[in-house]
Amino acid sequence: MNALLQVEGLRLGYGRADVVHGIDLTVPRGRIVSLIGSNGAGKTTILRGLSGLMKPRGGHIRWGQDGADLAGEAAHRIARRGIVQVPEGRQVFANMTVAENLRLGAYHAPGAEAARRQEAVVARFPRLGERLSQQAGYLSGGEQQMLAMGRALMAEPVLLLLDEPSMGLAPLIVEEIFAIIAALRTEGRTILLVEQNASAALAIADDAYVLETGRIRLKGPAAEVARNPEVTAAYLGL
Amino acid sequence: MLEQQLVNGVVLGATYALFALGFTLMFGVMGVINLTYGVYFAVGAFAALWSTQALGLPIAAALPLGALIAGVIAVAIDTLLLTRLRKAKAPELASLMVTLGATLFLYAGMAASLGTEIRRFPAAVFDGGAYDLGAVRIGTTQILIFGAAVALVVALMALVRGSRLGLAIRAVAENPDAAALMGINGGLMLRVVSFLSGAIGGAAGVLVGLNFNAIQPFMGEHMMLRGFAVIIVGGLGDLRGALAAGLLLGFAEVLTAAYVSSTFKDLTAFALLVATLWFRPLGLFGRAAAKRA
Repeated sequence: MNALLQVEGLRLGYGRADVVHGIDLTVPRGRIVSLIGSNGAGKTTILRGLSGLMKPRGGHIRWGQDGADLAGEAAHRIARRGIVQVPEGRQVFANMTVAENLRLGAYHAPGAEAARRQEAVVARFPRLGERLSQQAGYLSGGEQQMLAMGRALMAEPVLLLLDEPSMGLAPLIVEEIFAIIAALRTEGRTILLVEQNASAALAIADDAYVLETGRIRLKGPAAEVARNPEVTAAYLGL
Repeated sequence: MLEQQLVNGVVLGATYALFALGFTLMFGVMGVINLTYGVYFAVGAFAALWSTQALGLPIAAALPLGALIAGVIAVAIDTLLLTRLRKAKAPELASLMVTLGATLFLYAGMAASLGTEIRRFPAAVFDGGAYDLGAVRIGTTQILIFGAAVALVVALMALVRGSRLGLAIRAVAENPDAAALMGINGGLMLRVVSFLSGAIGGAAGVLVGLNFNAIQPFMGEHMMLRGFAVIIVGGLGDLRGALAAGLLLGFAEVLTAAYVSSTFKDLTAFALLVATLWFRPLGLFGRAAAKRA
């Protein structure tokens, strides 16, 4: 199996408390891997550890062909390797325009290349195209999620880390967002998707991990995980 | 008489605006009130004085050199004092206290090594003469001060508002984590901003030193009080506001000195400050931050 990202024994925590207790996780190239679990299970913490916003307390994050260990590397360096996170709560630059937010996504690309990528992003999210000169803080929640994803796609990421893309959005918008995530996979992008909305996440994922209080409780092909009785009871509400 | 005062007011106001711009840039991006800013003002003035006296440079070369030296010192001091505090995410009060202590130390050091007497630029610096336009007399030094202040303000605004580097600086100011996720090196941007604001402060020191032809180690301290007034009147971290408030303060001081009394001059900054806090607490252009949904 062609693993793009291989996490071994990753430990993360805040202050004195460990939140993530040594997890193993594999993201194969070209797949959607979904990490589900309830609030406070440590999903967001794991993504922050992978993107470098948090320093791991232990373990390895092996990346790409050569298996370079990214644990402890600065966030901006990890981003430049092609691992781009769409953070929880979108975190668009609220005081800047939509166009400026998109430009920042392709910060390291020259102007002409950024313009080309912006065309592609606007084609994918036409609503962003209509609002290019608007201040991002005044967009609706769904539009901000699209902007956060568009901004990440501007970097042409090798691995996209999505943190709760459905959070706080109306069901129709969630459908739209998940359709786009599925489309990204068809185009060959690799995605690690963290979600509380387990049914939506399991429906589009190839592999899934169930996280409980900082430990992997269950893993396997998403379809199998979705059929697991514990999962159906606890996360799918069936 | 009034025309002459208005010319003097524009010149002084332009230097105040420049000083405030550097201060508000540092405050707006770094989120800390760095009291050492006043030191760069004096450092710039002394460096320019030294390069005109010891190196015999014309003021047109001494000004950028003074700015450069002040900028480099600003980066060094910021790195030394605030890197650890930023890493520890220390509360704002901690950085305020650290920079206050450093400022007192630096002023005392400058006073001990340079002396506290008022120094003046060599006469050759001012020998450009003056132009008479009717009743108004404009010195070439005044033209230089005004021209340099305007050029620096325009350049800084173009950099912050119109360039890719400026975009990255604003991104780091607004959300350092999100900026890091875009591959932007936040630490590097903070050093760039330290350099820019130190250099701007240094340049303002050279220009104000020229305007009054008086340079001494504590000149930045008097200026910092005005700097605070200007950033509050203009709105915290608001570049356009700093510009407008700086000009306003320059006019107000010159007119007060001319028509009331020069002893009241120093009161005007604080009268403006109090009036702003009463009537427009968010500053001249103050507006609520965009909602962060």
